[in-house]
Amino acid sequence: MTPPENKNLIEEHKELIKDVLQAYPEKSRKKREKHLNVHEEGKSDCGVKSNIKSVPGVMTARGCAYAGSKGVVWGPIKDMVHISHGPVGCGYWSWSGRRNYYVGKTGVDSFGTMHFTSDFQERDIVFGGDKKLAKIIQEIEELFPLNRGISVQSECPIGLIGDDIEAVAKKAAKEINKPVVPVRCEGFRGVSQSLGHHIANDAIRDHMFPRFDKAKKENTLTIEPGPYDVALIGDYNIGGDAWASRMLLEEMGLRVVAQWSGDGTVNELVNGLAAKLVLIHCYRSMNYICRALEEAYGMPWMEFNFFGPTKIAASLREIAAKFDSKIQENAEKVIAKYTPIMNAVVEKYRPRLEGNTVMLYVGGLRPRHVVPAFEDLGIKVIGTGYEFAHNDDYKRTTHYIDNATIIYDDVTAYEFEEFVKAKKPSLVASGIKEKYVFQKMGLPFRQMHSWDYSGPYHGYDGFAIFARDMDIALNSPTWGLIDAPWNKKEAKAKVA
Amino acid sequence: MPQNPDKIVDHVDLFKQPEYTELFKNKHEQFEGAHSAEEVERVSEWTKGWDYREKNFAREALTVNPAKGCQPVGAMFAALGFEGTLPFVQGSQGCVAYFRTHLSRHYKEPCSAVSSSMTEDAAVFGGLNNMIEGMSVAYTLYKPKMIAVCTTCMAEVIGDDLGAFITNAKNAGSIPQDFPVPFAHTPSFVGSHITGYDNMMKGILSNLSEGKKKDKTNGKINFIPGFDTYVGNNRELKRMLGLMDIDYTILSDTSDYFDSPNNGEYEMYPGGTKLEDAAEACNAEATVALQAYTTPKTREYIKTKWNQETKVSRPFGVKGTDEFLMTLSELTGKPIPQELEIERGRLVDAMTDSYAWIHGKKFAIYGEPDLIISVVSFLLELGAEPVHILCHNGDEVFKKELQAILDESPFGKQATIWLGKDLWHFRSLLFTEPVDFFVGNSYGKYLWRDTKIPMVRIGYPIFDRHHLHRYSTIGYQGGINLLNWVVNTILDEMDRNTNIIGVTDISFDLIR
Repeated sequence: MTPPENKNLIEEHKELIKDVLQAYPEKSRKKREKHLNVHEEGKSDCGVKSNIKSVPGVMTARGCAYAGSKGVVWGPIKDMVHISHGPVGCGYWSWSGRRNYYVGKTGVDSFGTMHFTSDFQERDIVFGGDKKLAKIIQEIEELFPLNRGISVQSECPIGLIGDDIEAVAKKAAKEINKPVVPVRCEGFRGVSQSLGHHIANDAIRDHMFPRFDKAKKENTLTIEPGPYDVALIGDYNIGGDAWASRMLLEEMGLRVVAQWSGDGTVNELVNGLAAKLVLIHCYRSMNYICRALEEAYGMPWMEFNFFGPTKIAASLREIAAKFDSKIQENAEKVIAKYTPIMNAVVEKYRPRLEGNTVMLYVGGLRPRHVVPAFEDLGIKVIGTGYEFAHNDDYKRTTHYIDNATIIYDDVTAYEFEEFVKAKKPSLVASGIKEKYVFQKMGLPFRQMHSWDYSGPYHGYDGFAIFARDMDIALNSPTWGLIDAPWNKKEAKAKVA
Repeated sequence: MPQNPDKIVDHVDLFKQPEYTELFKNKHEQFEGAHSAEEVERVSEWTKGWDYREKNFAREALTVNPAKGCQPVGAMFAALGFEGTLPFVQGSQGCVAYFRTHLSRHYKEPCSAVSSSMTEDAAVFGGLNNMIEGMSVAYTLYKPKMIAVCTTCMAEVIGDDLGAFITNAKNAGSIPQDFPVPFAHTPSFVGSHITGYDNMMKGILSNLSEGKKKDKTNGKINFIPGFDTYVGNNRELKRMLGLMDIDYTILSDTSDYFDSPNNGEYEMYPGGTKLEDAAEACNAEATVALQAYTTPKTREYIKTKWNQETKVSRPFGVKGTDEFLMTLSELTGKPIPQELEIERGRLVDAMTDSYAWIHGKKFAIYGEPDLIISVVSFLLELGAEPVHILCHNGDEVFKKELQAILDESPFGKQATIWLGKDLWHFRSLLFTEPVDFFVGNSYGKYLWRDTKIPMVRIGYPIFDRHHLHRYSTIGYQGGINLLNWVVNTILDEMDRNTNIIGVTDISFDLIR
């Protein structure tokens, strides 16, 4: 990490934060100032508080526990039916929103881009929805017989009206002889999506671990465990990310016995427990299950980063180091195979992108994970922040960022706009709710949740697309059309 | 093949490469515990038949792929049509992230709204403190002219009392005493997004018009667009009113909010109905609602509290626009100008150019009640024959009104109206009784994929096509847009069916 030439930059950024905070009422300012900071080289974390309730009224970009469980962790399991249990809205507004790609016949053996709901009415709130839930499970069984299981994703009212979804699920699981997983991910729980991830992870532990134990005991596992078995987890296959990652793992001779949860299946939720090593991409949303696996089965796990050739090569070597020389040699072969192609990609795009700056604001892993991919293209990250990080994420971030990088946790729309106005990055990389705000400011923007409908961005195949897309964003001629010619300075002088 | 830097491919072509199809195959066969291809095929075929349809329609509890959302989105939408208005949603914060996302994806525009971010403690103690702090922050930070409050189901279930809370927030000094904070309770377990529109509209109008009623009218006509997501429509409405020289107020005009220019500056509150104009609306001659089922409570309020005449008139197609203009003429005593008559003639001319491709074509439609009535009426004028009409959030009043329209036309005899049914029901209908095309929003694309029946995208949301929402659908000009979408979908499909060289391209005509 190179220290910036301007030694005063840290002070300057601290001043900026102070200025931006002036806009708040005092009580709320005191809360918000703990979440904003400037990174100083050598510090062990970014010096911001995190995983704390959002300030009411600020326009946070955060979601809720339901979004974390149904939207992120469980939703992509393709051969299960996920019931959005409660009123119609949550599932409707989030329907097909995350681009978790999968292969399958939707409505027959896969259900990823469908929305199942109990569509609560007033009577369900008053009398409880348990009977309705039991009926729904029966109806799912009849109409979607090839489902491999059902999950019940609770929306706000469920916990508030005291429904007993666990009892309903337990009874139903016996009746249909399939997993029926009750998940208590009501939106009011916790402070963001994050608790939803945790609750979803716990549900995997409580409902899938016993299935593995039973299969192991009865010798009915559908795979013969091997020395090179890995589980690829914390990849939701947005735009096909997990496939681009899986490709590389398989090329180096590993056997990916499970993907959690992008393009995932119930079988993989069970088989994953037979792996020798768990590889986790999104640490934030699935580290809980890693710890549970470690605790229950002594299973090792490691984080990796498949964004950009620099990190991919380093990650391939780190992964290979967990195996024998055969895999290590294979990893080198994979790196050698792709390096010339990546060099050609960089050669083509870096000259067009070098010297640009970007401000990031994303979700679970990308605020740090994508930094090196930008750097591979000569784009410098000058500000970053997480919607729902915990302190360990900010600790991990320090290895990725430069001195004086502005750090904003659960940034509010107001703060983010002010930081961007002050720092004038060449590119803003955040989400759909931010996209059009910054484009109206005339700034190139890329969505870094959904890859702006492109992707994959993971792996070597993904990096080429990432490079292409950043070029499209930064070098589009449209940005040059914003000022009307008669408003330009020279023109004004002429008119006068 | 790895990527070629000179021709980088993304997901659309990447996953067709042999190394990926191989990867999919291996994953499927070795790790997924999948059903056999034969079994999948068998079930797939079964879902297309009558037996399945009967089982599907026998559902009592499960909803699959609904064609409706929940109240607060409609409430937010109504609020955003007023000048400087910030929607404030009392309840969980995740809902607001979803609402803003959904509207932004449709319009490809910013959408601002805040939440009181209620969590477990608020679930126990109620959300008053969240409201007090939230109001103060939203007011200070975003400097709105009005804050419009609605609720999520969390706040509804725990019973937060908005009226009392807002008074408390004012007394606590969060916002000035005279600052307008209209509110509406918008439980997501009652009605749908269109109900929320109605509740919020009534809340805003009653708040702003408080104490403004005068003895005589100001001669204006109010217009309520309803949950209409075409930004071209309010502009078209204004143009027509301009041609007729009518003095008007559009109550909730979202067209500039969701279609602001890119001039390098971000404006948080573009456009919208001026608050003083909205306040004066109680002194207008009459109120014309362009939608009925998004405005029942609002119209009732206007009738009883403002003592004002209200009318519903949907300016869709030829007859719909004719009636609309005649209604305006009647209300104002102003004649319908020649220009509009010329435009009418142009629409009729366009229809006589295209009718042959549409006449007798069977179609299915789903959507919001007013949209269905509007589009069905227009398509009947072209001789198209509705078969399946599905309205998830329609009621018996709607059914009766639509049935009367169908009964009036010789082309409406085959139609069945399905209330409270969802898009999985619709799928069964399309498979068992196929049609020539269907009308729906973007969620319908799954049905297009499954059934191969051509789809015309009309409604909300439209996520997967750009700029359709910028057009008008009302008035004679809007009729031309609708006609264009319908006839060219049919012609595109005809080309797709006649494009195999030496086999089907006999009919691959240059001139149609």
